[in-house]
Parts: sequence; C-alpha cells; structure tokens
Amino acid sequence: MNDFIRDSLDHCVKCTICETYCPVSQVTPLFPGPKYVGPQAERYRGAGLSSDASVDYCSGCGICTQVCPQDVKIAEINSRARAKLWEKRGVPLRNQMIARPTVIGRLGTPVAPLANWALHNRAVRAMVQSVVGIHRDAPMPSFAGKTFQRRSRSHHGPADAPAVVYFHGCGTNYYEPVLGEMVVAVLEHNGFQVIVPQQDCCGLPLQSNGNFPAARTYVRRLVGHLAPHARAGLPIVSNSTSCGLMLKREAHEILGIEDEDLKLVSESMYDVCEFLVRLHDRGALRTDFGSLPLTIPYHAPCQQRGHGIGKPALDLLALVPDLDMIELDADCCGIAGTYGLKKEKYEIAMAVGARLFTDIAATGSDLAACDSETCRWQIAHGTGVTAVHPIELLYRAYGLDGHTLDRLVTTGPHPARVAG
Amino acid sequence: MSYDTVVIGAGLAGLTAALRLTEQGQRVLVVARGVGATHLAPATVDVLGYLGENRIEDPASSVATLVASSSDHPYAHIAADQLATALDWFSARAGALGYVGGLERNLLLPTALGVPKPSALAPRTMSGGDLTAGGRFVFVGLKGFKDFHPTLIADNLAGARLPAPVAARALELELPPGRRVDMSGRVIAGQFDNERLSEWLIAALKDRVEPDERIGVPAVLGLRRADDTWRELETRLERTVFEVSTLPPSIPGIRLFDALASALRAGGTRMVLGVRAVGARTSDARIEAVDVANATGTVSHATDAVVLASGGFASGGLELDSFGATHETVFDLPLIGVPDTGRVRFAPAYFDAQPLSAAGVGIDDLLRPVDAKGHPVYANLHAAGAILGGAVPWKEKSGTGISVATGYAAAGAILAPATRAISEAMR
Repeated sequence: MNDFIRDSLDHCVKCTICETYCPVSQVTPLFPGPKYVGPQAERYRGAGLSSDASVDYCSGCGICTQVCPQDVKIAEINSRARAKLWEKRGVPLRNQMIARPTVIGRLGTPVAPLANWALHNRAVRAMVQSVVGIHRDAPMPSFAGKTFQRRSRSHHGPADAPAVVYFHGCGTNYYEPVLGEMVVAVLEHNGFQVIVPQQDCCGLPLQSNGNFPAARTYVRRLVGHLAPHARAGLPIVSNSTSCGLMLKREAHEILGIEDEDLKLVSESMYDVCEFLVRLHDRGALRTDFGSLPLTIPYHAPCQQRGHGIGKPALDLLALVPDLDMIELDADCCGIAGTYGLKKEKYEIAMAVGARLFTDIAATGSDLAACDSETCRWQIAHGTGVTAVHPIELLYRAYGLDGHTLDRLVTTGPHPARVAG
Repeated sequence: MSYDTVVIGAGLAGLTAALRLTEQGQRVLVVARGVGATHLAPATVDVLGYLGENRIEDPASSVATLVASSSDHPYAHIAADQLATALDWFSARAGALGYVGGLERNLLLPTALGVPKPSALAPRTMSGGDLTAGGRFVFVGLKGFKDFHPTLIADNLAGARLPAPVAARALELELPPGRRVDMSGRVIAGQFDNERLSEWLIAALKDRVEPDERIGVPAVLGLRRADDTWRELETRLERTVFEVSTLPPSIPGIRLFDALASALRAGGTRMVLGVRAVGARTSDARIEAVDVANATGTVSHATDAVVLASGGFASGGLELDSFGATHETVFDLPLIGVPDTGRVRFAPAYFDAQPLSAAGVGIDDLLRPVDAKGHPVYANLHAAGAILGGAVPWKEKSGTGISVATGYAAAGAILAPATRAISEAMR
C-alpha cells in the first residue's frame, strides 16, 4: 500500500474546516464528521480493526479532501477505514448487489419492461426494502433495454479522423444509451472518430461499499481494455464524473494500485467537458451553436469537483447563444453513488440534498444540468425537474438531433418520485 | 484557458484581490489547496492592535508610527489613504454582513477566551460587544456546545486590563430536548437559519437578563440569515445583543467566505479548490503561465499577472524543512526576516517574540516579491496576505488588516496603467 494517504493525517492541524463542509454530519448525528472518523480515529486504527462503525455513514463525497488546506486525504482515509470495517464484518448482501452495476445491468436488460415495472412498483419496492434494504423511495433509473455497447456496434463514424476513446461507464450503457450517442455525435461533429472499446464496471461502487478486492479486480480488467489505446497515445473521455475520477486518481490513491497501465490510463483520461474545453483552448472546437433560449441551473457534482478542473461544462455552455446557466453553490445532492439507495441512509441523503433541491426549485426552471448520472437521478427525484448532462445541451445547440426545443428530454429516469 | 490574473490562495487576501480584479472586468482564476483561514478567524478586520506591549486605540496614526520604524512591514508598501480605501471597499463588498468601525478607533471585542481584542472593523452582529466604555455583560452559553465557554469569558474579563470597568457574568442554557448532544457551531447555525431556534432563545433569556446588561451569545446565529436573527433578538429582548467568536470553526468567517465567493461566482470567476499551484513557466523575468497540479497531472494556465496569496507557515505558503531551512513553496521566492543560520529561530517562551514569525516574502511598492537587491523577481507577480514578511501579525493583531489591504493593493497594482505599461514593455 502506498502510505502517502495514511501519512497525510500527520498534516492535520485540527482546523475543522472539513467538519464545516461535511454535508452528512450537518444533517445526522450518526456521522460524527470527517475529522473525527478520519485523521483522528485513524491514528488508533493501525493495521487492525476499526472499533468505530460510524465511518460507514461517510458518503464518500470527497468534499472534505477538496476543502482541506493541509492536503490531508480525509475521504481516502475514511474510504479505506470503511473497507477495513467490512473486511472483518463481511460486506452485506445488499451492498454486494448494488455495487455490481454490470451484474444488475445484465440481469435487467433482457427483461427491461418487466424490470422497469418492478423497479417502479410500490408493492415490489416495499418488499425489496424489507428483504434487501434498498429504500422504497430511492431513485432508480430505468433499463434502456438495448445497451449502448450494442447500439454502438451498428454505428459507423468517420474512419480516417483522429481517434478518441470513449469510456461510457455502466450508467450510459444500461440506462442512458441515448446520452452515449449524444457524446459520440458531439465528438464526431468536432472531427473525431470515436472508439468504443469493450468495457466493464470501474469498480467504484465496490470500493465505496468496502469490497476492495473485488473493486481491484474490476478496475484492473477495465484498465486492461483501455491501456492499449492509452499506450497508442489516444485520449480517453468519460461522461461519468465519478468513474472517470476512479481511473484518474482513486484506483491508485484509495485501492492502492501501483500499475504502469493504470498510470497510463489515468494520464489519458479526460472528463468529456474538460476534453472539449481543451479543444476550444486550441481553437479546435466547433462553435456553430444554434440558440438555446433557456435559463438552467447547473450543479457541479462532488466527484466532478474532485477532478480539480474547474467547471468546464459552464465554460462550454457559455459559448451557446441565449443559454443562461445558473451556477449553483450547494455542495452535494446526497446520493453519493449507492449511499442514498440504502434504507438506513435514504433520509440522510435526501436531507443532504435539500439545499440543492430548494435552490433548483427557486430558479423556477423545469430543467437542471449536472454531469453525474446518479446525481441527476437524485435531483430529478428530489425536485421533479428533468436533469440533463451538459452534453445534451451542447448536442441540442449543435442542432445534431434536428429536433425542436420542445423535444428536449431527460437523460435521466422518471423524474417523478416513485412514492406517491 | 488563459486569464488576466491567476490568484493562488482562497483566504482573505486572495479573495479580496480576486474580487477587485473581477469587478474591474478581468478574467480571473482562483486556485487553492483548500479553503483558507477565513473559517478559523473571527471575521473581524484587525488593522493594528498592538505596538510592542501597548494596545492601540487609533489604528490610523499607529500604523504611521509602525511603518516609520519598520520599512519592511507590509503596511510600509501601502499608502495611508489606500489603507482607508481598502477598508471602505471591503465593508461595501461584505455589505450583507454589515461591517462597522474604521481606522479612527479600534473596537475592543471579547474573544472566545475572554481576552479584549482590538479590531478596526467587525460585523454589526459583533460590534455590540465593544468593551471600551465598560458596562454590564452577560455571556450566554449552550450546554454541550464545546466551542464556547461563557464562564471562561466572564472570568478572564474580570482579570483583563480594560479602559473602563466591566462586570461580566455567565449564563448557560439547556437546549430544548431533541437537539443533538454533540453539537458543532455549523449545526447550531443551521438550526438558527432553518428551525427558528431564535424563538427558543428569546423565551429562554426573557426573564434572565437585567435591564442594563448587554447579551453576548456564541457566534452561531446562522449562516444565511444571521443578520436578521440578530436584529430579531435585539428588538424582542430590548437589549444590545452581540455575537462572540467561538473556537474554530468560525461561523462569521464562513459567512464572510461565502459572501466573497458568491460575489466572485456572480462575476464569472472560477475558484478551484483541492489543487496545488506547483510552479510557473517564465520568460524574461515574467510569469507566462502558472502550473496547477490536479487529479492526474499538471495544467498550465496562461496568464498576464499572478497574485500569490498562499498564506504563511500555517497554510503552507511558507515551510520550514527538517534542516531548518525556510522556503516559499510555489515559486521558491527569496525571503526576508529569516534568522541567520545559527541564530535563534524560536524563543523558549511561547508568547515571546518569535524571530521566525516575521519571515516571509519581501515586496516593492507594487507588492512584487523582490530579491536581495530589492529588484522584483517577476515583473507580473504580486504577493498579498500572510505570506508577506516583516510583520508579526499574531502579536500586532494585524493579520486580517494586512490581508485586506495587500489583497486590495495587489489588485490595484495589476490594474494600474503604469504597472501594465512596465509589464508590457518587459514582455
């Protein structure tokens, strides 16, 4: 293990800045805060078991690490402590299930209509809550039926254009393949051919749920698919901010993977908006945008902020005529991947997101933009508005769909709350 | 992206510089390792509280005295009228927080430990605690809130050196049932904002305060609507009510950060936290781009000017390595005030003058870091805040004043046509 994560706790000066930002400890006494379970408790953990289970209430949003002025890797320390806890206690079945999106995806996709009916049926959900522990009201996306991987096979882009590799992630593959097609269309519009390699889960949900060995297996397999392209010098883009961050940083820092291939992939990874802004910096982004006369609130998800790249989505959307983006400053939507799905954490996640939901509602817009899929689903659930990826707005502004504005549709799930 | 100015640091100095530049239409980027010291300091602006052991009543004339004998002091590089302008500008920017005071007379406000501390400016929620004229005070604590101890405050004030007699007592209230046992200032502030905790406080205090007592409460009256809550308390209790700073985190400090950050956001300036400025691409003694390390690598941000406001030793702008050598951590700039090898760096008694604490970057009158000969290291690099040498802020009670004044002046130097002309000529 690379110990620079654990060693960073020595830099903690107990300033409590992380505590003032932790969205979870502000709404529940069940989580005593990132400083207490992080740099303070870690001193006593050593190699052994953590005696304190409260670390499981950390949502892993990572805000503590972002705001820490002393470079203490608080969220990373906590993520490892959580894994240690579950290593001893055994990861519960529910957490094993929801942490394997590809397994769920493969099960649900062939029977999408039935699965979607079940996911949104109150009686079924009540049963799932009591048997499995997934909260009956937690936002669930709908299976698309035909995966992005399958759709992309029949798509033939320009063959002799410069290539870019697309890491679409599980959310796009199983639930939002249309978003994947938009990403491809926007990249092709800018003169790229898009390579869609075979790919699997990045392991992030397993990491968040404390199963590090399985997470390592997944991320190594994914890196195996992506590394040949990175070695060939091709950029890899992702529209999933958390999965992208997993490859950029977390697989190394949290899972402790020391691997040349991973390093190569990390250095080749770009968030799709980051990639397009860099293109614009070189004067290579097409700016033939049509007008989008809309005012839309934008939430930069926690994991997006963890990239340390600013807010490239806003930089891009500022180029679209008549589009007015409202930059929100609420910290977190609460969902944190799979955290808000759990029956004991659902209410916490909704309380965390309350500020964001109020701010979005206050804009009066029936659309919101956000880069991360689970956050969009949570925003749609918490507000009833349609939540879109910024790429969808670019896609519309480029006129790539030929549709009019009234066809602007969500890339998220059913916006209405599951519960009546 | 290319910028007019890249600001390194998100503390009071960096935010001040960034906001003034943003207001003047510049394209600004703020990068910082994390949130700065706003969240730890009481949000007062302390221009000058002490000259030696003497407490200062009139900062304006005392700053003049200070700079007359200390040419390396950051204030020596700020024109007297500019200091006043900077404070006015600051008060207007933090308008919703309602800063009162000025350079003519220091307020004397009790700290979380009950020490009278001189401040030039304070949010009006705090200014009622001015001890200068003496009087009767009651300090109200909340049982279980570990960052505020009213008895400590009252006892320490009883022994404090004060200009007029002060009678202080402590009162501790039991929060209503259902409130959490382990309370942080952030959580209580949220309850004042959202859950009408003021109703409970008013009822709890109504019959327990004497008619001539001023009421000091912990500075947790909310983040979003503290000013309204404070007014409501004063009106309904018919007393002077004032917030007293708590142990960190500082809720008024967070309000200040939020106000400045929100003004920056409204002006289109991006602040990126959790990243690290690691160096620069330079040419002919000019910085052409600042290198910023993020999750995977280093991005170079082309810029016309740079404000270095990365803080002092506590914030990592300066470091003392294990060999006893002192460094500036981003550009490895030359430093002033560092005790020579073999000389005493730390005095044995904690509260004695600590020789190393005056170490920092030396600047010219355009706030540009200078080398040993007094020449600017880079024509377009300006420094502000705690990274500056020549001051001992914790002794002088001058830290926040230096941050506001030098942040404002660094922006002014960048905006001044003369600077721009020199900068262009050297390009």
